[in-house]
Amino acid sequence: MVVAESKPVTEILEMIKEFKKVVVAGCKGCVTVCNSGGEKEVGILASELRLARKVAGNDLEVVEYTCERQCDPEYIEPLDDLVKDADAVVSIACSVGPQYIAARYPFLPVFPGLNTVFIGGAAEHGVWKEYCQACGQCIIGDFGGLCPVARCAKSLMNGPCGGSSGGKCEVGKGTIDCIWHLIYERLKNLGQLSKLENPWGFKNWSTSRDGGPRTMIREELRK
Amino acid sequence: MTLTAGSKLEKILKSGQKAVTCECGPPRGADAEHFRHKASYLKECADAVNVTDNQTAVVRFCSLAACRILMDMGIEPVMQMVTRDMNRIALQSNVLGAAALGIKNLLCLTGDHNSFGDHPQAKNVHDLDSVQLLAAVKGMRDDGKMISGTEVVGRPQMFLGAAVNPFADPFEFRVVRMAKKIKAGAQFVQTQCIYDMERFAKFMQMANDMGLTEQCYVLAGVTPFKSVGMANYMKKFVPGMLVPDSYIQRLKGVPKEKQAEEGIKIAVEQIQQLLEIKGVAGIHLMAIEWEEKAPEILKAAGLLPRPKVD
Ligand code: SF4
Ligand code: SF4
Repeated sequence: MVVAESKPVTEILEMIKEFKKVVVAGCKGCVTVCNSGGEKEVGILASELRLARKVAGNDLEVVEYTCERQCDPEYIEPLDDLVKDADAVVSIACSVGPQYIAARYPFLPVFPGLNTVFIGGAAEHGVWKEYCQACGQCIIGDFGGLCPVARCAKSLMNGPCGGSSGGKCEVGKGTIDCIWHLIYERLKNLGQLSKLENPWGFKNWSTSRDGGPRTMIREELRK
Repeated sequence: MTLTAGSKLEKILKSGQKAVTCECGPPRGADAEHFRHKASYLKECADAVNVTDNQTAVVRFCSLAACRILMDMGIEPVMQMVTRDMNRIALQSNVLGAAALGIKNLLCLTGDHNSFGDHPQAKNVHDLDSVQLLAAVKGMRDDGKMISGTEVVGRPQMFLGAAVNPFADPFEFRVVRMAKKIKAGAQFVQTQCIYDMERFAKFMQMANDMGLTEQCYVLAGVTPFKSVGMANYMKKFVPGMLVPDSYIQRLKGVPKEKQAEEGIKIAVEQIQQLLEIKGVAGIHLMAIEWEEKAPEILKAAGLLPRPKVD
């Protein structure tokens, strides 16, 4: 899923300081799963904003709404009524959300309430880790099913660098696993260490962001 | 003796004599005089001098310019190139430019991660890794083709090197990785500074058993300790470096003002031990900001004067 975290409330307050009425829009997708942008967080953020502005002697009206998904045009339609007399929207979906809202309402200021961090998964309760950089041409089949593009600090394709120590990456002061150590151990378990003997060729990054913003088309669904 | 690039380093290694390379890092500014001064100590004692490429991810003047300065001083450079900061377009371009300037030794590295340097906010590149850079340059040199398949008109004649770190993990993979670098094009390798002799000897035995030392020259890395503080720092903070406590105890055992001298003694002993190990083809001395001590160390180790080759 897309993992996102809340921006500090002070940063959001600064963004909306000139407005009297804002809509805080959440999303029931990934950000609900990672506890940063669902119905509950919409409620919390709305109260925080109201309270802070009340304390500042400059009351703010906040409308709360949580979309089914903000990355789908049909699901942001219900905002049409809510934004009519609002000054701005704060979206706490992943950063696709505010961009969809901005595209729908050309004259309405829209602000992100979250920082979209990565594509990842939950490691334990309250801890998420990055797993993929959406390079557009998945190569993990060559590496025991583990991703060296996203999970090696240097995106190495040919084995652990000279900084790998005790299974940990040279980056992160011992908090990050060296994915190449894990790849090595896994291929050893699978009896496939020979896979690491030959130089792995040049990766094609044109399917990644390096080829420009990407579009995916499924013709059979368009009809 | 068939030569790929005909550099002095290549000739000495191929003649079977022990080679000596030293390292000289360009400064964090445009002060060429400072660099010339450091390099002048190395002129008579190294067969070739490595110029680091923004080492530890700290901005310094570029290795290509520094190599040119060395050549003007009559010193043969080994140009280091890291893949952290440049994509395949810039890397290949710099290789061609370096070859055009007459640089004949190239060391292909991935480089330290940018988070360690003076610009941790930088966007890093990592389009290629060190193994892929080796393969790219070998392809340009031997097949006359760039990565894209574009023909190279005027092939870069480079004697290709790589780094190996026998002290990083997983240990058993380190020789495999060296073999991989050789397959990709490495003709010589320089090792991370060696303090743990036992582990290095084990590594070399594996390399010998796999026949790697017959395909590639191994230059053993040596960095003299200036003080017990430096030894402790390397032990604790430099990733992938193993410093045995015995050295730390030994440095602690002498008065502060004698520690540097003791550090030099240790380095000389290390060099002598390393040269005894089967498969070691020479020494790579990295006297970080202590270049003026290189002649003393190498002389005491019996490596001076350097042989002449033509
Ligand atoms: S190889 Fe690419 S697509 Fe596959 S997990 Fe890694 S970044 Fe994602
Ligand atoms: S230590 Fe491992 S994960 Fe970290 S950069 Fe090196 S190879 Fe990649």
